[in-house]
Amino acid sequence: MSGTPVIEVRNVHKSFKTVQAVRGIDLCIPPGRFVAILGPNGAGKTTLVEMIEGIQQPDQGDIFIDGKTWKGNEKYLRNLIGLSLQETHFIDKLNVWETLRLFASFFNIGRERCEEVLRLIALEEKRKSWVVNLSGGQRQRLALGIAILNNPKVLLLDEPTTGLDPNARREIWAILLRLKEQSGTSLILTTHYMEEAEQLCDYIVIIDQGKILKEGTITDLLGEIQDLPVKPLDTRKITLDDLFITLTGRHLDDATHIK
Amino acid sequence: MMQRISNSQLYQLILTNIRELIREPGVLFWGIVFPILMSLGLGVAFTKKKDVITRIAVIGEHHLVKEPADSASALASFLLANKSVTEKDKSGNQIHKLTVPDDKLGNTTFIFQSFEWKEAMVLLKRGNLNLVMDEKNGMVQYHFDPMNPDAQLTYLKLSKLLGSTGPVVKEANTEVKPLTVSGSRYIDFLVPGLIAMGVMMSCMWGVSYAIIERRSKKLLRRMVATPMKRSNFLLAMITVRVMMNFVEAGLLFLFAWLAFNITIQGSVAALFALFIAGNFAFAGIAIFMSSHTAKTEVGNGLINAVSMPMMVLSGVFFSYHNFPEWSIPAIQKFPLTMLADGIRSIMTEGAGFAETALPIAILGSIGFVFFVAGMKMFRWH
Repeated sequence: MSGTPVIEVRNVHKSFKTVQAVRGIDLCIPPGRFVAILGPNGAGKTTLVEMIEGIQQPDQGDIFIDGKTWKGNEKYLRNLIGLSLQETHFIDKLNVWETLRLFASFFNIGRERCEEVLRLIALEEKRKSWVVNLSGGQRQRLALGIAILNNPKVLLLDEPTTGLDPNARREIWAILLRLKEQSGTSLILTTHYMEEAEQLCDYIVIIDQGKILKEGTITDLLGEIQDLPVKPLDTRKITLDDLFITLTGRHLDDATHIK
Repeated sequence: MMQRISNSQLYQLILTNIRELIREPGVLFWGIVFPILMSLGLGVAFTKKKDVITRIAVIGEHHLVKEPADSASALASFLLANKSVTEKDKSGNQIHKLTVPDDKLGNTTFIFQSFEWKEAMVLLKRGNLNLVMDEKNGMVQYHFDPMNPDAQLTYLKLSKLLGSTGPVVKEANTEVKPLTVSGSRYIDFLVPGLIAMGVMMSCMWGVSYAIIERRSKKLLRRMVATPMKRSNFLLAMITVRVMMNFVEAGLLFLFAWLAFNITIQGSVAALFALFIAGNFAFAGIAIFMSSHTAKTEVGNGLINAVSMPMMVLSGVFFSYHNFPEWSIPAIQKFPLTMLADGIRSIMTEGAGFAETALPIAILGSIGFVFFVAGMKMFRWH
């Protein structure tokens, strides 16, 4: 899991009017690594992902994907990236198969890969169902299927399981774990579910108020709690949630309600 | 080959737009059935609106010479006896105004003007005139479409006036000559207007609103995160809309031809070019209007703010010559007016490229200017 970073973020800043959304973030992601960006709402996760995705320009700093910046390389980079947004509304009256075919055409991908993805996201039975008639979980699986259609080198998932029930969430996790085993895709996943980060990712970045508070592997991060001045009461079952509380003085779920 | 086509993004985008269109019954109803129903309803049972000004063409200069007193015609004597006002219109032509006061029904102003027969027919087809009068061998002749309630009412009012006021024109000395010239009926006026309105509404809602809705749902953002060519996205949307407009207009014309025997008297090629130019103009305006906002409520308001005034003013349902004279030059510059007038002139007056080249060029330029401006401001996410 080492080598030339597939994503490199160098001292990136971004402000919107009076709000400083991202304040000096550095990040280096090697190929094949699954990275979770954890933080409450308003922490700057989505802005960071949007800058990596190329739809927002940093006010300061640089972003390299596969060694290239967005300027002048948009077409090349769009082919490398897969994306799933927090809320994805596809065309209501297209069916699942037609939606896959539409997005596949943007990458010049044929039917075979669409069939493959349809199986991977387990929506074969819903092949002819209109998108409007899919459940939230099925819709999110379709969004994930579209994101991986092009076998992306970089997969960006912005809170892919927010609002889903536990079963639907686990189905998404299963697809991502399979992808982790079978491909060399690097993943950036934003979430405020600690469990999701722990289940899927091997590297965690905790951000709050536009800054990285801590980053590292789960083992590293949990180990660091021992060195912090204020420790959780029960050190036998330490979780990332405990780390967040220790770092910010707030519970992550509470913090999600703070904007 | 087929595989390559079916994998092409433009093909898939066009297919997507077609599927969306045909799977939305509302679009089919408002786009196809509604205009037909409207043409049927208005064409067959046009209800009277309150008229205040009626325009009458008098054939031959001799009946309306510079001063009515100079003429020996019954009409001229009538105008003189009733103290009609002689003045010049904006184009410098002499007109004679006669206002009949009526407290209950409102005043009626008759405007008389001399025309040659051919000229009068063109203006009648355009809806600029209510009635044509002629005087031959002491007989006053009224020429109008008996199916046009406006013309009928003008005839009744005028004949009553002539038969009762001043030097009376006896009923035995009057004659009604029903006009059966194709293109002079109300339905001939209405159908070109409906076709033009269909193009405008279809582009406004089918392109402008659809883009705003996709932006508000973040679908645009999701699509441009792929290597999709942005031009293909817009091209597919506009292509499908133009195809739909052709179907809509074709079906409406077919219906009008079967039910009302409407024909195209002028150049079909010019009509085709004008139709394309009109589509281009409204597609450009639609792109411009949808270039920035992500709120469907704002989009709704914008579309209504642009289309409603044109719908009312541009002479879709009735001639814009009913509006105050000062407003007419401005109304004539609206894209919907240019399209409706152009289609009307080809369908009912037998116009060709020579007469419609200017509106085709202007509509094309409007489309180009708005398209370029819209693309400069266009927000994809």
